[in-house]
Amino acid sequence: MNTENDSRPSPETMLKLANAEEAGNNGLGRLQLFLGYAPGVGKTYTMLEAAHQRRRDGRDVVAAYVESHGRSETDALLVGLEVLPKAAIEYQGVRLPELDIDAVLTRKPQIALVDELAHTNVPGSRHEKRWQDIEELLAAGIDVYTTVNVQHFESLNDVVAQITGVVVRETVPDRLLDLAAEIRLVDIPPEELLQRLREGKVYIPEQAALATEKFFRAGNLIALRELSLRRAASRVDTEMRAYMETQSIPGPWPVTERLLVCASGSPFSEKLIRTTRRLADELKAEWFTVYIETPSLGAQQQENRERIWRDLRLAERLGAQVTTVTGAKVAETIIDYAVRHNVTRIVVGKPTKPRWREFLRPPIVDQLIRLSGAIQVHVVSIEPTPIKPGSQITKAKQQLPWFGFLASLTLVSATTVLATLLRPLLSPTNTAMLYLLAVVLAAVRLGLKPAILTSTLGVLAFDFFFVSPHFSFSVADSEYIFTFFGLFTVGVVISTLVAKSNERLEVVREREVQTESLYALSRDLAAAADMDAIMAAVLKNISEALNAQLAVLVPEGEQMKVTAISQELFLDMKELAVADWAFRNRQPAGQGTETLSSAALLYLPLYTTASFLGVLGVKLGQAADYRSPQNRRLLDAFVTHISLAMERVHLSLQAEQAQILQARESLERALLNSISHDLRTPLVSIIGALSSLRDENLRVSDKVRRALLSGAWDEAERLNRFVGNLLDMTRLEAGELKLQTELCDVQDLVGCSLAALDQRLNGRGVTVTLAADLPLVSMDMVLVTQVMVNLLDNALKYSPTESSLEIQAQTDENWLTIEILDRGPGIPDHDLKRVFDKFYRLPVPEGKGGGTGLGLSICRGIVEAHGGTIWAENRPGGGLRIALRLPLRREQETRNADGK
Amino acid sequence: MLMGNNLPRILIVDDEPAIQRFLHTALDNDEFSLHQAENGHAALTATVASKPDVILLDLGLPDMDGVEVIRRIRQWSQVPIIVLSVRDREDDKVKALDAGADDYLTKPFGVGELLARIRVTLRRALQQAPEPVYRIDELEVDLARRRVLVRGEEISLTPTEYDVLRLLVTNAGKVLTHRQILKQIWGSAYLEQPHILRVNISNLRHKLEKDASRPLYIVTESGVGYRFKGQP
Repeated sequence: MNTENDSRPSPETMLKLANAEEAGNNGLGRLQLFLGYAPGVGKTYTMLEAAHQRRRDGRDVVAAYVESHGRSETDALLVGLEVLPKAAIEYQGVRLPELDIDAVLTRKPQIALVDELAHTNVPGSRHEKRWQDIEELLAAGIDVYTTVNVQHFESLNDVVAQITGVVVRETVPDRLLDLAAEIRLVDIPPEELLQRLREGKVYIPEQAALATEKFFRAGNLIALRELSLRRAASRVDTEMRAYMETQSIPGPWPVTERLLVCASGSPFSEKLIRTTRRLADELKAEWFTVYIETPSLGAQQQENRERIWRDLRLAERLGAQVTTVTGAKVAETIIDYAVRHNVTRIVVGKPTKPRWREFLRPPIVDQLIRLSGAIQVHVVSIEPTPIKPGSQITKAKQQLPWFGFLASLTLVSATTVLATLLRPLLSPTNTAMLYLLAVVLAAVRLGLKPAILTSTLGVLAFDFFFVSPHFSFSVADSEYIFTFFGLFTVGVVISTLVAKSNERLEVVREREVQTESLYALSRDLAAAADMDAIMAAVLKNISEALNAQLAVLVPEGEQMKVTAISQELFLDMKELAVADWAFRNRQPAGQGTETLSSAALLYLPLYTTASFLGVLGVKLGQAADYRSPQNRRLLDAFVTHISLAMERVHLSLQAEQAQILQARESLERALLNSISHDLRTPLVSIIGALSSLRDENLRVSDKVRRALLSGAWDEAERLNRFVGNLLDMTRLEAGELKLQTELCDVQDLVGCSLAALDQRLNGRGVTVTLAADLPLVSMDMVLVTQVMVNLLDNALKYSPTESSLEIQAQTDENWLTIEILDRGPGIPDHDLKRVFDKFYRLPVPEGKGGGTGLGLSICRGIVEAHGGTIWAENRPGGGLRIALRLPLRREQETRNADGK
Repeated sequence: MLMGNNLPRILIVDDEPAIQRFLHTALDNDEFSLHQAENGHAALTATVASKPDVILLDLGLPDMDGVEVIRRIRQWSQVPIIVLSVRDREDDKVKALDAGADDYLTKPFGVGELLARIRVTLRRALQQAPEPVYRIDELEVDLARRRVLVRGEEISLTPTEYDVLRLLVTNAGKVLTHRQILKQIWGSAYLEQPHILRVNISNLRHKLEKDASRPLYIVTESGVGYRFKGQP
């Protein structure tokens, strides 16, 4: 990279190293691999020995899954270790032991022993492979000790197959080697291993016995041993290099390389990918695998897509960055991608097609070399891997176009009849034109094979019936050979063209549909203002686009809760657990993935860079569709759109809450200011008055004494009122106010209110006008009395001393209306509503105690708790009218005076 | 000390030292002899030991509910109890009165008010039988002849109204809760029908009071009950 700064370790190097060193400290567990070259070398034994050592060091070690295969030495070593019970998974009626990953996670030891990294789990387990279990344990911060043989590593898979002739199915991604904090090579000489084998000390599963014979040959073992030693050595080498890099020891390491290989779904692809991985390893290079999707390859794509998908997954497991790119011209797209990603080398396979085909279309290799510029192109010679029985692609049965052949036969017969009829009018050459028409028709309507049949039959019929000698296939005039050739070529070309354009149309149509559904979704999402709207848009659009059933799950506390779900879809506990896994591990799970693939749905986590929002569950029509790149790409696009929309709503909710919080804070500040002011002011007068009365040196006249006392008294009363109001307000706001309604006499209510204000009324005139037939009204009399007292108190405070107050009460059909009227200054019209807000105050005329700004809001709270309303209006002729209405409850209205 | 023995004994039950101090200061006027208790259990012990004539009881005690203290005392003693309580606890007041308390005062209160209540309570406790004729201001109730006069004019009351009035008059100065009145006049079956009482009170006021909206004789204790104006 930066050659001039070679003496300084690059940031990436430092980061990588820090990662390796801190594995175990940063929440991840450390992985220790016990690497052997064949069964029986003593990996499990060595691992158990190491475990005992750790235990003696005081670490918390647990045997999570150790398979002793009945070997007594191994069994003996298990003594003294805590052995966790194995899970029993039922598969086809048999209960098979498996690692109980949840038990380990719950037990959470410091070190867990898990035998056989390459093990494939019983279907129905959480993960397909044991290495995935181990990754989850590591992610949970548990150190894991595990055993593995060298031939299980993905990149060595084909080499091992070449050496031993045995294809190992159970493979482990190479990155686990990189992930391992420590690799312990367990090695014994091959002769010794063979000796142990003869003594029956090596466990061999029955089903593998046949392969074993081939496998345990001295030559094989030597080769495998060398492989494992080399792998371990290369690891040491890596560590050494890393050390040198951090210490800035100058050395011959290469400039960072970037490799690119293409997946094509061809039988060579797999090998090409493995080769590239090895090359990348040697070069310490990053590597990319791309799949170029061309619009014209529709049909081939259908056929190949599972193989392509497999290739891409293989590359991913081997550590490549995997992408699918769309482009019309393969070579140009590859180069374009390579340039954009600073690729230094492109790896391609040597062409195997016959040379004559190159004449028609230059091979991609040539195109690449021509376009590559500074990028090196590696051409690798490759033999096709025999397709493994397990990975055989079941080709869709080609339906024989019987109909097409029949139709072409009919067509040719009809043409012949027509030509016979027209014979007197047409020359033989033009008769050939009739057959040409038939071929064109067949090519356009019936497809390639019927078209070829038509042209062949046509040529034969033409020859038989119309070329002399008639009724024989021999051709007199060699010129007609050209006619045959013409007919044949036209048929093939036209039908190929039609087929291609049809395919292209299909692809375009599919694209169109996808684009449209994406557009529709994003349009609906953009319009969605809340979660419900988003969910509705998601359900509607995606189920239409993919013909799928959907569920959206979001975390609620510790669990995943379904917020939206298609009709007829139901998620049981197991499905919820899969969704939960996908959410927690932020990886797709379920159908079409390698994790919990027995689930009915595919679960995709919904996340943005900032937050994890939930999981989208998808149930497609066909199982195969889950792996198709188109569907996955479309789903990925959907997921991104949904995530962004969900985040947007989350953010706007948060913003709203922040705003509310801010408003509340400023209100609380105002409240605090107001309260401290209102509490202090009376205390100032009280303490002041008391201090002057207490001070014996101060001679105060009787008059002053009385004034001081009465001032202190008034202020104390005011303080008392204020505290009372504050308590009421608190109770109202805390929702603690429980109405104790009873049927009450309105006159009694008025009487109580006036009695409570007796002192402050101080002889002021109050006119009470009550309608004659007032019924008993259901209310909490204590609270409504307080409303009346507050209202009357205000009226007293704000109106001139000489003016009188009025209280009126009447009922209509449903309401009791009580009015309190004064002749004060009234309230500015625009404030009529605001007077009922907390801490709204009007300036009080001189010489009367200020209000608390709470009285009216308490009134409103109480009245509204009764289901009533309260409002203020200015009276004609000056003054204020405050009216409150309380609902009448007819059924309780009994005026039975003499119950006795 | 000899003199002290003849003075009415007041037991002050309150856990707040400030209130204790205030009550002691307010009542320390050679009219009463004062005793104190800081919690419910001490109050019960002191009631036995010092045989008070009046108990001033705060409802919010640290060790037990004030209402419970009243109940226990009432099991063996009819000593007058005046409850001291804060404003927002009407429920507690009613419970205390129903449990047998004689009166209540809402904190904060003036000393004059307190002294008046204590005197009324003491007088009523000393009074053996109600006087046959009760007179206050312009109202005269002749309990022997079942006659009620307002400004010298006899007014007619229904039997129920008279019963209510008589109950109030014989307990003049004391708060009667709705339940207490309902139970006395109508019986336990009517405990949950206070509107019957309200209608009768309303009618009584219209017949007795000068201004029914500002009653002088039958005072409503909001949320608690009624009190007939005591003789000064």
